[in-house]
Amino acid sequence: MTLERWLALIFLIFCLVYGYAAHFVMDDALPVFAKFSPVWPSSFPKAISVIGIVLGFMQLVFWSGKHKGEELDFNHLGQYQWKSALSIVALMIAYALLLRFLGFVAATILFISLSAFVLGERNFKVLIPISALTSFGIWYLVDQVLGIFLRPWPAFIYGGA
Amino acid sequence: MLEGIMAGLATVFSFKMILIVIGGCLIGTFIGMLPGLGPMSIIAIMIPVAITLGDPSAALILLSGVYYGAIFGGSTSSILINAPGVAGTVATSFDGYPMARAGQAGKALTIAAIASFCGGTIGALLLMGFAPALVEVALLFHSAEYFALMVLGLSAIAAFAGSGQVGKALIMTVLGLMLATIGESSLFSAPRFTMGIMDLQSGIGFITLAMAMFALPEALLLILDLSRSKSADEQSSEISNLRISKEEAKTIAPVIGRQSIQGFLVGVLPGAGATIASFLGYAVERNLSTPEEQKQFGKGSIKGLAAPEAANNAACTGSFVPLLTLGIPGSGTTAILLGALVALNVTPGPRLMVDQPEVFWGVIMSMYIGNFVLLILNLPLIPYIAKLLTVPRNYLIPFVLFFTLMGVYIGQNNATELMILIGLGVLATAFRITGYPLAPLLIGFILGPMLENNFSRSVQLYDGFGFLYERPLTMVLLVLAFLLVALPSLKRAISARKQKAQTLVE
Repeated sequence: MTLERWLALIFLIFCLVYGYAAHFVMDDALPVFAKFSPVWPSSFPKAISVIGIVLGFMQLVFWSGKHKGEELDFNHLGQYQWKSALSIVALMIAYALLLRFLGFVAATILFISLSAFVLGERNFKVLIPISALTSFGIWYLVDQVLGIFLRPWPAFIYGGA
Repeated sequence: MLEGIMAGLATVFSFKMILIVIGGCLIGTFIGMLPGLGPMSIIAIMIPVAITLGDPSAALILLSGVYYGAIFGGSTSSILINAPGVAGTVATSFDGYPMARAGQAGKALTIAAIASFCGGTIGALLLMGFAPALVEVALLFHSAEYFALMVLGLSAIAAFAGSGQVGKALIMTVLGLMLATIGESSLFSAPRFTMGIMDLQSGIGFITLAMAMFALPEALLLILDLSRSKSADEQSSEISNLRISKEEAKTIAPVIGRQSIQGFLVGVLPGAGATIASFLGYAVERNLSTPEEQKQFGKGSIKGLAAPEAANNAACTGSFVPLLTLGIPGSGTTAILLGALVALNVTPGPRLMVDQPEVFWGVIMSMYIGNFVLLILNLPLIPYIAKLLTVPRNYLIPFVLFFTLMGVYIGQNNATELMILIGLGVLATAFRITGYPLAPLLIGFILGPMLENNFSRSVQLYDGFGFLYERPLTMVLLVLAFLLVALPSLKRAISARKQKAQTLVE
């Protein structure tokens, strides 16, 4: 089965779960007065879940394989940089989790320098000043100039997380 | 009316006002380039500044300058790094980004600037002439028609996805609609599909989804495939090429003309605004062009870039019509403007033109100046902005990723949103690799809440589904929507049958 079909299958399963929630679960929480309304919060999801199931089934069974994506060459999957891509995704997740704890400035410096390192940058004399300047500059612009709060320093400076 | 124009000119042509327009446009452009800060948030940030100015016309002129600037700045980041920070510029990235990748970043930015300028200026002209008359037409559109209009918009996007792609585009549209229902429903505020997670209560943010659909997959594909990135000197020679040839000018001129008018008309409808105008403009122009040109759409067509840019700027101008003449804000942005006006003791509405003509006409006159300022400010800056692309790959990718993450994080301070972004981004990359179009998903997501609200309101008003066949305008729009999706496949089926018959005869 091709990746295209797998995605169609995942979509179909998603629609079934979504449809189940919309048709059978969601209305239980509806207050009694709301049940007199001709349209419920679940009406629209019910309708689109049916459309989605039909479309997903058609795609899975009949329509797949007619049009290929042009982004990657599936015969030479080995030539792509899967390792760096996965490390970058892992770095992004780490950034999301550590952003609060380390504070914006430190987490950003780490994220930019480490992801550049993963991509093959080894010139740290340039890389670290640039990432430090960017992270501080963006923090200054967003927090000080525009007045949108961003916690700059690690959590322990504020006394607890 | 001539008196009004003179009063407006007198208001605007003072040193202070011109400075304010220039300042507003500059601030808007530069902040608008940061993904994650759309016109709504920038205007909200600027309101305190505007109120301290004290003078209502000066405040409104400043804020509208910021508005245009932000829309233009948003198209810059759409074109250069495929990160549309504003819903209105999503359609710009369809063709603008492929152009930038093909080394025509300078040209793409120039076309965007010129199309925006024409859209804005033509919009302002139309605003002057038709404001009162248009209000009456806009009032004819009830929620049933809005519902039908949005169905039409969605099916247009799916239908124009290209041959063999209609099914996938429909699937992605439906997925977008489904993602839009996550969170609290506007009807009875019932939590839907939140799975008990508090952070999902407010739904998935637009910016999160936009970044996950466009910026993240692009960055991940750049990492995966080394051959996608070009060497630096290869690019610097191409960026300096800003010139548009005479032929290109001839191709885009009618596009800009049509889309300025259409965009303005769509912008006048409350609730529709720049986003729908730009998508509709893109779809219509695609359908109008010749088959050879249609193949270019999505791969760097200049028509496909000029259409949404002209349309969204004209629609921004159009959205001032209901605000200034009825006091009804048609979009989130104009709603914030309304708040600022009320704080300044101006009540927009039918009496505004009579009671405070200098405010009404001052704003309209400032639109011309604002558009002009944007054009002369931005054209010389384009080579420098486009230089961004010559940043080496090892630096460009981390920075694009950082701006993507930051755009989602600021203003929300919510790490869960970042996890949603990464998850959806990886999924979107898989979709992109297998040829599922991503734009319909985002469009479905943006139009979803409007579609559902208008649907619910119509069902409530008619106590059932009567509105579908009792209102002729709704019916016409819905039939059109159905035909748009069904016709291409019917056509293909008929031609296939003909071919079969022919081979049998032979």
